[in-house]
Amino acid sequence: MKPKNQRLVLVSAALVAVLVAVLLAMWGLRSQASFFYTPADIVGGKARDGEAARLGGMVEKGSIRHDPDGVTIRFIVTDGKATTPVVYRGIVPDLFREGSGAVAEGRMEHGTFVADTILAKHDERYMPPELGNLAAEHKTGKTLEK
Amino acid sequence: MIAEAGLAALWLAAGLAAYQFLLMILALRSNLEVARPMRAVAVVQGGLTLVAFAMLLLVFARSDMSVALVFENSHSAKPFIYKVAGAWGNHEGSMLMWVTILAVAGAFLALFSRRTTERTLIAGLGSQAVLALGFYAFLLFASNPFARLFPAPMDGQGLNPLLQDPGLAFHPPTLYLGYVGLSVAFSLAVGALLTGEVDSRLARAMRPWVLGAWILLTLGITAGSYWAYYELGWGGYWFWDPVENASLMPWLAATALLHSMNVLAARGALKAWTMMLAVIAFSMSMVGTFLVRSGILTSVHAFAIDPQRGTFLLVLLAIYVGAAFTLFALRGASLKEGAPFELVSRESGLVVNNLILSVILGIVFLGTLYPLFVEALSGEKLSVGAPYFNAVAGPLALILAVLVGVGPLLSWRSERRPVFRQLRVPALLGLSALVITMILAPDIHILPRLGFVVAAYLIAAAVLPLVGRNPLRAPLATWGMVVAHLGIAVALTGMAANAAFSSERLGIAKPGDTLSVGPWLVQLEGVTPTAGKNFTAVEAELRATRGEGAVILNPQTHYYSDPPTETNESAIRTFWNGQLYTVIGKSDASGGWQLRLWWKPFVTLIWAGGALIAMGGALALLGRIWRRRRLSSGEWRRKGYA
Repeated sequence: MKPKNQRLVLVSAALVAVLVAVLLAMWGLRSQASFFYTPADIVGGKARDGEAARLGGMVEKGSIRHDPDGVTIRFIVTDGKATTPVVYRGIVPDLFREGSGAVAEGRMEHGTFVADTILAKHDERYMPPELGNLAAEHKTGKTLEK
Repeated sequence: MIAEAGLAALWLAAGLAAYQFLLMILALRSNLEVARPMRAVAVVQGGLTLVAFAMLLLVFARSDMSVALVFENSHSAKPFIYKVAGAWGNHEGSMLMWVTILAVAGAFLALFSRRTTERTLIAGLGSQAVLALGFYAFLLFASNPFARLFPAPMDGQGLNPLLQDPGLAFHPPTLYLGYVGLSVAFSLAVGALLTGEVDSRLARAMRPWVLGAWILLTLGITAGSYWAYYELGWGGYWFWDPVENASLMPWLAATALLHSMNVLAARGALKAWTMMLAVIAFSMSMVGTFLVRSGILTSVHAFAIDPQRGTFLLVLLAIYVGAAFTLFALRGASLKEGAPFELVSRESGLVVNNLILSVILGIVFLGTLYPLFVEALSGEKLSVGAPYFNAVAGPLALILAVLVGVGPLLSWRSERRPVFRQLRVPALLGLSALVITMILAPDIHILPRLGFVVAAYLIAAAVLPLVGRNPLRAPLATWGMVVAHLGIAVALTGMAANAAFSSERLGIAKPGDTLSVGPWLVQLEGVTPTAGKNFTAVEAELRATRGEGAVILNPQTHYYSDPPTETNESAIRTFWNGQLYTVIGKSDASGGWQLRLWWKPFVTLIWAGGALIAMGGALALLGRIWRRRRLSSGEWRRKGYA
């Protein structure tokens, strides 16, 4: 190969690589990205059944129930406007408790959010940013009510 | 006083960095004599940052609560090692560590670099000074680690207990050394683009830095993966968390750079290509820092949410990456392409390696940043996780692993021998792996099955470069390559075994009850309260049996009071053929305890593979240094000095 042709081949190879990466990523992202919803979004019909999604909000006070098998728990997540029931099989994370924030990863199935993973805020400073906004909205909501 | 001394050292270092940059401009415009003090300036600048960092360690070690950073991230009751490690377990401290490593790397470059021309070295040191200058400004104006509190509080707020782990003491420094080691490759590339001296000498000057950074990144990623595995208690070793991706992206770029650099060093070809990768590799380190340190991510690593800092970092990133790419666009086209090569040759093989690594890098990059773009554009929040990365990048990684067996067999310039015949034995091994897994485990997924096939093939293919010659006389660099490529096969085996054969059991047990997982029977003997230095805990006693003989495991849950947090401490027992992984959860009203048990066959091979890959890099580095020593002593002898 002549040096000039060689450079042409290399440049086109690089361009093809970029194109392939973008196309593959777009294809993958269209089918695999999961959206973040609040209970209000879910009541509004945004989440389709069986589609990977994340649900965020506060765990409603007095809503946590344990199934007889001891490892399945059911609770209700609220954003102050709407509520969504959640079921989760597994060990809930540190500091998962009623009245505090949580993010669940999973999917909607027949009106219930089936969670694969639960993330809870660790403390004030290690809170998922999504929940940070939510908590702020929550607080301003409360002050407005007062 | 200590904090003020640290701050003063930082200001002085920033001043010297500005002076260093000025010297470069003057030197390149007029004559090189102007830049004579440059090496000394770079060394003193590095020394000053070391002083600043030592001062920070000192205020943390003394629990000086009048320093805001100590108050926010430490507590007097914390074990000493975590007090010290706490110095970089937070935003400001870790940024100080970053800039310290950057400046010290510059100092080492000034002290030891003899391979490039003086002109390129001066331009490179100037570039390194500009990089440091931006991060000094970030520390001094947007996140001062030495800010005082008045009046001084009684005691601190504590450190996130998840971070109170020996892993914390070593994981971030290792990764940072890797990230910032790539800055030297970046600066040398920028310097060479400025002077137009892109040649094999430059590649040889870059090589120890890239190799060293790559080894540390490999170790950092491997250690981080194991840390997440045992500390989070979720049984997984890689979560495709954006912060993990932030360390993976520079690694992918550095791996590509490592390979193309060898083409430049050996054959003088792939000039523009290698410069591009050097720029991309450190850009990815900066993207990683931006992602982690700007607080826009959901992660245990995201320390603080502060939009101002995020913007500052983003602007820095845009300036550096933008300037480097502009320089590349202006100068890249004028670089003469080096020695030509044919379609089937070692060079082509390495180009293909680079292309696949770049595509994987692009996929990881787009997947990691996509949620940020979407949120910025439409306000919608979404996340991209394992399903995307595994489905899109997984098959490409397998293809790359197949080609890893082929590339080293090809000769430089042009290959006319029937080399593919050598691959008969490896191909046969892969085929038998396929048949065996089909018979013994007909229902495993396609990706782990292919993983076994490729791993079996690669274990044989990787050693082929040592076959047919005296392995003891092969260069150390060849050994390094073989060991690193074997490491890929080993890690792949571990990943495939973990994906295909892990068994998980989640159940509730009262003392005396038994749960089964895989080949194991695990009996809960009892649960007892216990206490550590700064936490209380409950500890389960589990008696696990498989056939005869029993092992005892003690998973714990820790309760911390400053700040109030609990963590699950898994108990893991390693056997030659896998790991038994146990976690204790919450108790229910009737006195039962949640237990989560895994049997993970051959999972340890994942990290063993990572360690082998790093060891391969270390062998190659040693080989290069040793060879250079021998060569230069030979020169001395020829010249009649000895």
